[in-house]
Amino acid sequence: MVSLLDIIGPVMVGPSSSHTAGACRLGLLARGLVNGTPQKATLELHGSFARTGEGHGTDKALVAGLLGFRPDDERIRTSLQIAEQEGLDYRFEKTTLSDSSHPNTVRMTLERGDIHASLVGSSLGAGRVLVTEIDGYPVDVTGNFHTIALVAEDKKGSIARITSILADHDINIATLKLTRKQKGGDAFMVIECDDSPGEGVRDEIRSLDWVRWARRLDKVSGA
Amino acid sequence: MYRALGDAIRDAEGQGKSLWQVALERESEDQGRSIDDIRASLGRALEVMRSAIGDGMTGELRSSSGLVGGDAAKLFNDAAGPLADTPFRDILARALAVQEVNAAMGVIVAAPTAGGAGTLPAVLTGLAKARSIPDEKVIDALATAGLVGAVIAERASLSGAEGGCQAETGAGAAMAAAAATEMLGGTPSQAGHAVALTMQGMLGLVCDPLGGLVELPCVFRNATGSAIALAGIEMALAGIKFAIPADEVIDVMGEIGREMDVRYRETAGGGLAATPTGRRLAKERLYQIRRS
Repeated sequence: MVSLLDIIGPVMVGPSSSHTAGACRLGLLARGLVNGTPQKATLELHGSFARTGEGHGTDKALVAGLLGFRPDDERIRTSLQIAEQEGLDYRFEKTTLSDSSHPNTVRMTLERGDIHASLVGSSLGAGRVLVTEIDGYPVDVTGNFHTIALVAEDKKGSIARITSILADHDINIATLKLTRKQKGGDAFMVIECDDSPGEGVRDEIRSLDWVRWARRLDKVSGA
Repeated sequence: MYRALGDAIRDAEGQGKSLWQVALERESEDQGRSIDDIRASLGRALEVMRSAIGDGMTGELRSSSGLVGGDAAKLFNDAAGPLADTPFRDILARALAVQEVNAAMGVIVAAPTAGGAGTLPAVLTGLAKARSIPDEKVIDALATAGLVGAVIAERASLSGAEGGCQAETGAGAAMAAAAATEMLGGTPSQAGHAVALTMQGMLGLVCDPLGGLVELPCVFRNATGSAIALAGIEMALAGIKFAIPADEVIDVMGEIGREMDVRYRETAGGGLAATPTGRRLAKERLYQIRRS
């Protein structure tokens, strides 16, 4: 559903809603996976991100997102210098991901202390983004909501158990998407929430012995 | 939000309202936010738009490649042309100003996108100044603009990579046309004709920026897009009707965009980007960015 404020917005540092604002949001989403500014980041740029990224400040915007700056933060312009001061050791590489990848795609591999994470995300235009992979697992995260992504064994009652954990923490679910490759195989769940689930919620979900993997991402766009 | 401008016009005229009113009511329902809250966000957008225009008019900004910058101030300060001392000239300068700020990594409102961000603030703030229109009315007009942009996003596209420049500055001009027509006292139907009259003049426009950068011709396309929007506003307010309804003109913009060769969709493979001078400048300037 298109919102008026998506059209009259976002307020952003130029020059490109896809190559600058969207890139910044992808950086912010990745930052959330390691709970803060990473110490090490490898950023692999695909397609148009690799070809015209420098002129659009895509490199600065991605690093700015990793530093926690939002798309309207003028520090984006000097983010590469700020990264050095903050001890963020970043490296850019050009890569070619699969043919089906969106032209504006980045893969980020991050380290912060003993936390490791990877994310593949695309900038779709007008500042909208889509994360398609986290830690090698396929997901579908827009950043418009606080999101929990998880992979669980395909078993009865799993949705009820997880939604009751969210209800216990007073978190309202906006959307819930469940997919699986085959019966009895891994079930992939993406839950978009109106309220931000804390790390306690994520840890409670992780503690379920049939949950293989779970991540939370705070929203980076929308009202 | 509405998927057809025709539906919004019918609702507005049926209830004796303006397009901005039905747009704000629908947005409030869709998003679960109060109308006051939505207007406050639009008010902040207006502040950023004005501040970008002010920054651009100083004439001191340059893009990272050095290809664009300083031209808004030339237009603003030099009264040599036939439009001297008219709102028209002021609006052209404002459009250049916003896009020069954007190209220099300054703060703008992407409305509808960063590359097409000049036309809407230029037309609305320029006309508001010329006619002493209060900010509350300009904020109303932004809601009308948002409605038109949302319809274009649903029916066609707002992305140069998908639909060429007609989808970015064309959409920005159509949004500005409807918004300003209502702001100056036009009816919802007249705002619809302003969209059609403006968009028909933007159909087929390709997205061909040098080196793929949002600089050249983007900065100037926002000024010429404003000129076409002003033509649309002037005709619509005179009671001129365009026989093809706005929704159908928007649909055809989407169709042309889908048929457009990929060279003309933001890839720098065709158009001005692929001219001998365009290629040479892009190569030199990209080299300069790498060294800076």
